[in-house]
Amino acid sequence: MTFDRLARRKIFSHVVTVLGGLAVLVVLIPLASVIYTAASRGGSLLLNPAFYVKLPPLPCSTIACQTVGIGPAIQGTLILLGLSGAISTAIGVSAAIFASEYRTHGLGQAISFTADVLTGVPSIIMGVFIYSYFALYDPRLAFSALTGTLALSILMIPIVIRTTEEALRTVPNSLREAALALGMSKWRTTVRIVLATAFPGILTGILLAIMRAAGEAAPLLFTAFGSRLFFSGVNHPVAALPLLIFEFAESSYSNWIAVAWGATLFLIILVLAANVLSRLSIQRMVRRMGGR
Amino acid sequence: MASSTPSSRLSFRRRFTKAFRGFREKGADRLFLGLVGGAGISVLLLALALVGVLYYTATPSIRAFGLRFLLGSTWNPAAGVYGVLPFVFGTLITGGVALLLAVPLALGASIFLTTQAPLWMRRPVGTAIELLAAVPSVIYGFWGIFVLEPFMRYSVEPQLRIYLGWTGLFDGTPIGTDVLTASVILAVMVVPTITAVSRDTLSAVPAAQKEAALSIGATEWEVTRHATIPYARAGIVGGIILGLGRAIGETMAVTMTIGNHDAIPTSLFSQGQTIASLIANELLSNTGPLQYSAILEAGLVLLGISLSVNAIARLLVWKVLRISRGIVE
Repeated sequence: MTFDRLARRKIFSHVVTVLGGLAVLVVLIPLASVIYTAASRGGSLLLNPAFYVKLPPLPCSTIACQTVGIGPAIQGTLILLGLSGAISTAIGVSAAIFASEYRTHGLGQAISFTADVLTGVPSIIMGVFIYSYFALYDPRLAFSALTGTLALSILMIPIVIRTTEEALRTVPNSLREAALALGMSKWRTTVRIVLATAFPGILTGILLAIMRAAGEAAPLLFTAFGSRLFFSGVNHPVAALPLLIFEFAESSYSNWIAVAWGATLFLIILVLAANVLSRLSIQRMVRRMGGR
Repeated sequence: MASSTPSSRLSFRRRFTKAFRGFREKGADRLFLGLVGGAGISVLLLALALVGVLYYTATPSIRAFGLRFLLGSTWNPAAGVYGVLPFVFGTLITGGVALLLAVPLALGASIFLTTQAPLWMRRPVGTAIELLAAVPSVIYGFWGIFVLEPFMRYSVEPQLRIYLGWTGLFDGTPIGTDVLTASVILAVMVVPTITAVSRDTLSAVPAAQKEAALSIGATEWEVTRHATIPYARAGIVGGIILGLGRAIGETMAVTMTIGNHDAIPTSLFSQGQTIASLIANELLSNTGPLQYSAILEAGLVLLGISLSVNAIARLLVWKVLRISRGIVE
């Protein structure tokens, strides 16, 4: 009787294990399907070097359609990410230093809290905010690389603040005290000792923020707006990979959809590679710092 | 005496440069504090500006409709009547159905990965699940249109209608472009969030807790069920709510699959609209200033919902991690 119960309990335990393994498999099916679909439909396009530099094709649905390139979208995404990466690094890292290295006042906590709150704001709200501001004050600039950059920066700043704060927290206080005791000024200690020690962590955070922004279409719908041409100044609409995918995917032209699959595969490779690389660098960093 | 003169001069110079450097360093200190403080304060101002600009732009609609905006179930630009309820419903229904689908899978996966999976498997598989979160929303939407929609339309939805049609949840023609498909995509997108938080809180459970259960003869599942999960419960719930927060704000994938219809969905097969997809679809194609400002007010509602959901989630996760840290350290 008791033996039966024990056997039943053990079998049940094994059943749960199998169910857990099945859950893992089911969860991974969509990832596999997304990658497989993008690779099978867009793979051949990526083999052609012209795909990366040429303009997108005119819409067309016959068999002899051209599928040219995504040059402007790649260029636009790089410009948007470069500018917003610079802005959010400057503001985010500085604000994080202020919040965690100068703790004698309550402002620091307010900044950490605000960054926490801002990470929960849906990304489309960032686009709506920038658009409605410019629609009020300078409608000519509403659709431009400038507003796209601003919308992405607001998305990235809270991520940079939080990861930088976390990285600064890992720097032991004894290092700060040693530098101050040797007569180093506060700012020199912060820049030369604290920032230098936390640098890999901060860099990973910035990379994560950029990778998050790379795939965002929602904040760019009303700001960068998208374009089929190359970049022509920060005051003009600019193309971006996620916007191109959105526009072409919703179209009914076979060659646009084909180009969208190529762009999708390109973006997936970019984002996943950066993700895996940054994870590996975090692991190496943790190991170097004594491991956890 | 002759040797003391240069040395005293030198010491004077050294004293001077030292004093000057001290002065300069103090100035640099202040400048540095000013720079980082300015950046910090600009972040605060940015958050205020965000709410301020949205509120200012939404004012005409707030004045015109008042509470009727929040409780109204008609969104009719032609008649100039704007009620946000259909989109609040759409947002909560897609988010809720997504959680129903995602929670069992995410919990199963995180329990498996923290307690039962062989050690070599845990990190790579965990990473793979987290990569699901790295795939951009617009790509899920594209995949949704070309892979998930036909699958739902021809394989899943007809079966649901045959076997569960009596519930009334699956009325109407299965077309694939509907609330259910959008919910499935959202489920895919929130699984990594829930899994990651559950894994963190489950692995923060002290070993002594599990060993105590093992020592009185519990099986692996019983340890998990009676020792591990109760300990991590608040954190798991926090992770689920965090997932809900993510689902509520998702725009692109939902916009591309939900069908974009401005009415309260009557079944999971009907087309709908979330607040986020409403903004994406209608902000630029508005019929006039009143609709524009009504859409901005809908944005404020979305902001309010997602901030409160995130606040609840954070409180729960923070509580668990703090307790576990207190005991482990």
